[in-house]
Amino acid sequence: MKKDLHFALVGSPNAGKTTLFNALTGLSAKTGNYPGVTVDRRRGQLTVDGQRIHLSDLPGSYSLHAISEDEAVTAKVLHGEMDGGMVPDGVIFVADATTLERSLPMLADVLQIGRPTLLVLTMIDELKARGGDLDLFKLQGELGIPIVGVVGNRGLGVSDLRQRLPEVEAWSRAKNLPPANTEARFRWADALLARITRHPLAESPLTRRMDRILLHPVLGLVVFFAFLAVFFQAIFSWAAPAMDLFAGWMDAAADWVLATFPAGLPTELLANGIIRGVGAVLVFVPQIALLFALIFFFEASGYMARAAFVVDRVMGWAGLEGRCFISLLSSYACAVPGIMATRTIPSPRDRLATILVAPFATCSARLPIYALLISAFVPNFTVFGPFTLQGLTLMGLYLLGGCSAVLFAGIFKRSMLRGASLPFYLELPPYRFPSFRSVGLQVLRRLRVFLRDAGTVILTGSVLLWFLLNFPRQPIDPSLSPAQAHQQQIEHSLAADIGRAMEPVFRPLGFDWRINVGLIGSFAARELMVSTLAQVYAYEEVDGEFPGLGQLLTTPNAETGQPPMTFASAVALLLFFVYALLCLSTVAVIRRETGGWKWPLFMIAYMGVLAWCAGALGYALAS
Amino acid sequence: MESASETLTLADLSRVLVAQAVAVEGEDEIAKRLQELGFCPGTEVRFERQAPFGGPIILSLRGYQLALRPSEAKRVRVQGISGAGSEG
Repeated sequence: MKKDLHFALVGSPNAGKTTLFNALTGLSAKTGNYPGVTVDRRRGQLTVDGQRIHLSDLPGSYSLHAISEDEAVTAKVLHGEMDGGMVPDGVIFVADATTLERSLPMLADVLQIGRPTLLVLTMIDELKARGGDLDLFKLQGELGIPIVGVVGNRGLGVSDLRQRLPEVEAWSRAKNLPPANTEARFRWADALLARITRHPLAESPLTRRMDRILLHPVLGLVVFFAFLAVFFQAIFSWAAPAMDLFAGWMDAAADWVLATFPAGLPTELLANGIIRGVGAVLVFVPQIALLFALIFFFEASGYMARAAFVVDRVMGWAGLEGRCFISLLSSYACAVPGIMATRTIPSPRDRLATILVAPFATCSARLPIYALLISAFVPNFTVFGPFTLQGLTLMGLYLLGGCSAVLFAGIFKRSMLRGASLPFYLELPPYRFPSFRSVGLQVLRRLRVFLRDAGTVILTGSVLLWFLLNFPRQPIDPSLSPAQAHQQQIEHSLAADIGRAMEPVFRPLGFDWRINVGLIGSFAARELMVSTLAQVYAYEEVDGEFPGLGQLLTTPNAETGQPPMTFASAVALLLFFVYALLCLSTVAVIRRETGGWKWPLFMIAYMGVLAWCAGALGYALAS
Repeated sequence: MESASETLTLADLSRVLVAQAVAVEGEDEIAKRLQELGFCPGTEVRFERQAPFGGPIILSLRGYQLALRPSEAKRVRVQGISGAGSEG
């Protein structure tokens, strides 16, 4: 049995490193986290002639001279300061053949470390298409290390590369290296390139033509807004049929369990606790898959960098940068995929600032409660033209969320997240056609991370919340209607006890224990606020809808003469929903993305305080 | 070289279009990173375009295109290449 070999894949962003990694490792690759930093750790395996090979895809970087802890990962792995001091047996340096002028100086740095290194040149086809011609034999002779050319999209050269890996001990070693200082490395690279270039390559005519339109001051903005519309549309509506399908399956499964097995606690736990909890996890899968398919597609095509360029000025006002935009926009559909998308933001501080404010974006799960309260409490008269007061109120809530996100991102960047600023720079790679296989594999890896790391927390939390709302058990009185029986149960549940205990805290917002129970229920998912309120007020649902619930909330009770909810409480509740982090799934994803409970707990706290203040203010003004 | 006496930075490139990097100002991390990105003395840099409202500028150098914000572009001193055309 031969000893396993470990290789590290190094290279600059856009060099085709990820495509090559996917071509080599396929489905075996797994994504994890490096300890203490927010960098993805991608590892995969392959077997060549019975030799097992482990491949680590190190984060793309332009330099080994790190200016942040995240960037330091690459140098640390190469120096054997990660993974318990394990030193890779060999280094695969990936360079885009069309931008060697920039990547050879970094190769020199990697070679200085002294590990056996192989140079993979990608985009050989593009080099030729643009009229370039390099003497690769001469380059190999001058550098001393083996070189393999690949066309990652079509898998050309990949099998050749695979065959070279087991013989790493026999790889020829580097020679003629320049001194370590930056200027000397660039001079060395220029001189080397001058010797091997038979014909210099021309600019990519396609890229030039496309940029003339896509980065045009006016047309570029039109394209940018169309691009945003596609993203928004995808997670807002294209994902909906698949989400409904999953939700329908889970409901059907739960109903089947309830109908098939003898009534009792185990059956209810399985159906209403576990199966619906799994449903709460699965419902995110279509959105995440679609969002990441789009992100990876546009990133590999080269447009994502352009979009970030176009919007960078606007994001700069919030102290963020262009690449934060997609996350914030996606959070308007759902903060879960939005926060997962912050992986594409290179600066750790910008990334954290984006995560900290993403839940302020008005996600689609807030719509049911907004719609319920607005239709019940806001008179529906026309303000002007097609605008009604109800519509304007909804728009106001959306704007309030968006403005708060921008405001707080700015505050965090100027206070807590201040520090030596990292330079903003953004490479605009030539437009290329993405490899669908590579995009698909990356989406699958993201889904796996979500299901494994966030899904388990969501499921556990859902079961726990179900428990709070359904225990201790009440004897079932057969004379009660199902809705009354539900109310009976929930009124004596642990959640109701907590709701009553919270009453003093929420009195300034005008919330009674019933609303507090609704808030507890909505922690499993914000849209559950409506169905929990329905249960608390013994409202009978009609085919899963609550058409008269709003009316019920405003109708004075026959005994007390008071409606269940006052206008001032409704205002407070709406404002509370704008700010509060009432979402277990978002908390689970923040924990996964920030690598611990510190940030999610901080966010629950600061958003909770803010929500309480906004609610109390709203209540005071509206009373 | 009539422009040699004038101190230009990358942020002025929209007037010059093509220039040679002379030096990166400062010794901090930003300066080091700009050097690592290829703004070394002698490197030819061409202005491509600027985003609206004073947004980032796109530069061509070393066979690739890079966007920088004006605040960082100011850190790179350049020298106009005579005859490269100063018409915008």
